[in-house]
Amino acid sequence: MTKRTTDDAPKRTVIGKGPLLTPEPRIVRPPNDLQDRAKDDLRYIRSTMERAGSFTSVSGTGMMMVGGIGCAAWWWGRGLRFDIDATSLLAIWLSSAFAAVVISVWAIRRKADETRQSLRSGPARTFVIAFVPSLLAGVVLTVLFFLREQTGWLPGTWLTLYGAAVAAGGATSVKPVPIMGALFMLLGVAAFLYPGRAQLALLAGFGVLHLAFGFLLRKRYGG
Amino acid sequence: MAAKGNAAGHSTGAASRRPAVAAAAELTVISGEESVAITLDKVIHERIRLGIVSALAVNTQLSFNELKQLLQTTDGNVSVHARKLEDAGYVSCTKGFDGRVPRTEYRLTAAGRKALERYLSHMEALISAARRK
Repeated sequence: MTKRTTDDAPKRTVIGKGPLLTPEPRIVRPPNDLQDRAKDDLRYIRSTMERAGSFTSVSGTGMMMVGGIGCAAWWWGRGLRFDIDATSLLAIWLSSAFAAVVISVWAIRRKADETRQSLRSGPARTFVIAFVPSLLAGVVLTVLFFLREQTGWLPGTWLTLYGAAVAAGGATSVKPVPIMGALFMLLGVAAFLYPGRAQLALLAGFGVLHLAFGFLLRKRYGG
Repeated sequence: MAAKGNAAGHSTGAASRRPAVAAAAELTVISGEESVAITLDKVIHERIRLGIVSALAVNTQLSFNELKQLLQTTDGNVSVHARKLEDAGYVSCTKGFDGRVPRTEYRLTAAGRKALERYLSHMEALISAARRK
């Protein structure tokens, strides 16, 4: 065995107030392992915060089912116009929305159970708190436009506010969710600009976007 | 046993195999003409405790099980390290029931948030000092 001298020994960080190994042990240059540890710690903090702050129970299967309901609602109401057949279209789309809410809640609960994620957790609560206000605004505006007989604005309002809800709630969820919210908002703008094509915008949003992103979520994140 | 072993501040897995950088409080780093005096916080320097504090920093509160799943560690680890943070005044703990199931919730205190911010500044200072070298 070779006896190692002090000069051969690896340079070490001397920290603390304990027995000192050199005359000035508390004055050191940051060695590589210290810098690496600092970088690694920052990475660890960031990744823990990201994982802790994400709501991952959005169900791809549930979203695809909601997309199916959206397509069915469009097919049911095709040929009708929001500014003329408002009552019929409201009945179709509101009953579809009710069915979609029931299915979404069921699917989210099922996925949360499977992944053992609590729906009372911080991220889940944040998701709901961010998601609900825009939807409530949508309810208020729906009632208002219906009473004022300005139902032509409803498709754009629904798509824009639902998009805002998804984008806000999705800020605490996986990446595709806020992207889907932004696309809904774009479709809302399109529905405002081209009221004659509003039904198609509803199909593209509540039908196709839900189906496409539901498929993506299911494939990437399960459930 | 796991809990007992961890009472000394050790953690399981990759964290325990990493080189220990600082076990005590003070460290001064010299970079060129400048020196940066750094006081590392031993309480949150440990990997599991750092994870608990980081997770609570982005949530109002988290349950014991959520922390355990998030950090992918054992009951004993979470229990011991959360207790250390509680003793330091960095987290507060509320025990209750969810139906008939006991539920323990943790929250980050103002002191805990400050400690995390200080720790982040220290890590950034170390990296900056290394860059200026």
